[in-house]
Amino acid sequence: MKFFEKYDSFKNQRVEILNEEGNVIHEELRSKELTDEKVLEAYKIMNLSRNQDDYQNKMQRLGKMLSFLSSTGQEATEVGYAMQVKKGADWFVGAYRNNAAWLTAGIPMRNIMLYWAGNETGNIAPEGINVLPVNIPIATQYSQASGIAFAEKYKKTKNVVLTTTGDGGTSEGEFYEAMNFAKLHEVPCVFMVENNKWAISTPRSKATKALNFAIKGVSVGIRNVIVDGNDLFAVYSVVEEAIKLAREGKGPSLIEFDTYRLGAHSSSDDPKVYRPEKEFQEALTRDPLIRTKKYLISKKIWSDDLQKKLDLEQQEFIKKEFEWVLANNKVELEDIFKYNFETMPDLLKEQYEEAKAHFDKHGYERGGH
Amino acid sequence: MAALNNIQALNHALELAMKKDESIIIYGEDAGFEGGVFRATVGLQEKFGENRVFDAPIAEATLAGQAIGMGVAGMRPIVEMQFEGFSLPAFQNIFAHIARFRNRTRGRWTCPIVIRMPMGGGIRALEHHSEALEAMFAHCPGLTVVIPSTPFDTKGLLLSAIESNDPVIFLEPTKIYRAFKQEIPDEYYTLPLGKAYTIQEGNDLSIVTYGAQVMDCEKAVAAYQNENPNATIELIDLRTIQPWDKKTIVESVKKTGRLLVVHEAVRSFSVSSEIIASIQSECFEYLKAPCARVTGYDIMIPFDAGEYFHQPNVNKVLDKIRETIEFKF
Repeated sequence: MKFFEKYDSFKNQRVEILNEEGNVIHEELRSKELTDEKVLEAYKIMNLSRNQDDYQNKMQRLGKMLSFLSSTGQEATEVGYAMQVKKGADWFVGAYRNNAAWLTAGIPMRNIMLYWAGNETGNIAPEGINVLPVNIPIATQYSQASGIAFAEKYKKTKNVVLTTTGDGGTSEGEFYEAMNFAKLHEVPCVFMVENNKWAISTPRSKATKALNFAIKGVSVGIRNVIVDGNDLFAVYSVVEEAIKLAREGKGPSLIEFDTYRLGAHSSSDDPKVYRPEKEFQEALTRDPLIRTKKYLISKKIWSDDLQKKLDLEQQEFIKKEFEWVLANNKVELEDIFKYNFETMPDLLKEQYEEAKAHFDKHGYERGGH
Repeated sequence: MAALNNIQALNHALELAMKKDESIIIYGEDAGFEGGVFRATVGLQEKFGENRVFDAPIAEATLAGQAIGMGVAGMRPIVEMQFEGFSLPAFQNIFAHIARFRNRTRGRWTCPIVIRMPMGGGIRALEHHSEALEAMFAHCPGLTVVIPSTPFDTKGLLLSAIESNDPVIFLEPTKIYRAFKQEIPDEYYTLPLGKAYTIQEGNDLSIVTYGAQVMDCEKAVAAYQNENPNATIELIDLRTIQPWDKKTIVESVKKTGRLLVVHEAVRSFSVSSEIIASIQSECFEYLKAPCARVTGYDIMIPFDAGEYFHQPNVNKVLDKIRETIEFKF
């Protein structure tokens, strides 16, 4: 064990591999799997998610999308762990702020957009992608993840479960309860905390007096570590070890990612009301995209020209995905009835017929009733 | 007199109550510094300090549990849950303890707590932000459940809720937080809990509704009376869901002989179920038509793209008014 043994969360240490100038400062800690090609691949998804956030923000302002929760600032964390979820085997049980992770784990962008446009069909994960739907209540995903991990262990597979919450989510009782169960049964679950410093308008200092979030694992006996969440290399390498330990039957881990939410909590709030400008400006200098790009440029596999080309391609792709969403954001009346039970009970059939008669008479368009 | 919307009336009531009684404190997720997601408590921390108005960690079960402790120790906590859908983790403390303390201790200890939460749909929100769970709270003995529909009522009912020595679940329809303004008195006033308000009197049909559906019903009633100038409809805002004002509604139905109940919550085992069952048994010989209702369906609240199918609307109410008034045995 490179990380969980060596690093002591009681000393508030954190794992760092790639510094803010884009230089590798701990080559010995870098995963052998994280080749430069893989870094480039990860960077492209980070950039895609950032571009998608920007686009969705614009669409939300125009009233074409509901509130959504952007991953801006947290892309290195989300891509760094999600790229290790083995498709068709492992599971990802996310929170509501996981755009970059969903893209990485194989959720089509159009599904994510459809969801934020207020349509349940966006929740449908493609076959072979074990990603649970958006989890709006806080920290409940931790329990679900520990249950899946229990099932995988019971079935004697080597599959693992990754689950994540924000720093705010660690205040919920379920955060502790789920980890306690997971450790008791030594299930293959990786618990993660994306510490982005803010729970809506509540700063970390008003959420807990604990030294950090990782040591909350100590109370239930789970090994833990803090990672620079804006350092793709550190994120990847530590998660790799946690997954390896889980696959080997060595139980759960807790990883705190020290990152920052550069955007609003949701597109409905304005962080300028509660967030000190100085803190925000400082956080901008630690932007994970800039850091990763600096590394790639230093390796001569990236350039400003390539960046411009990528941005154009991605923006075009995002626009097309959203156009598809606009054309397909339809809900049939029957759809809101038929999935409540396997077989629609007679009472519900009656209500469906009643609703159908109403909309047949008054029209099916929103506002046309 | 000042023209205020519902959220401003709420904020105004909280300020007056806090000035009057030092045992009142307000807390909840983001309720302090920023004033809550809808700004219901905005400015109160500045006026009353961080000891009396503060942000609490996201932990609904504990938010409710702590209110019990404060309540039995002589304080009057007002707790903000961010949305009604997020009150579910707090059900344990609300149902198992808050509601029971008076009975359990034969009156030795009580829970003079107000739990406020935004409720209901129609605001293009995400999952769990549009629930209408009033019937669930009303099922629990010991809880008073209030849903205001106007700024005047919001202020008067909230001040009564705060004065109440029993726990009150105060549900605020988000759809009408800022829908309109109303001139309301500047001074402290209360409205009785458990008492319905007759918005307009009539002889041909009694409509009972509450919260955001009051507006839909007003429009539907106006449309029907416009088409049928001789018809008059009695429109009643229930205001308090539990204990509900049976007397007012019985008297109304005895006069009109017809009842329509309108709410957005699911139909089965709902507020309308209770009202209609009671009216059937107490006014059977007066009824000229089957008691009717317009409600949400017995389904999960659809996401935004399908939500309009589920919610009551003016035409659903208007059609049901016609059907009930024109019913012939």
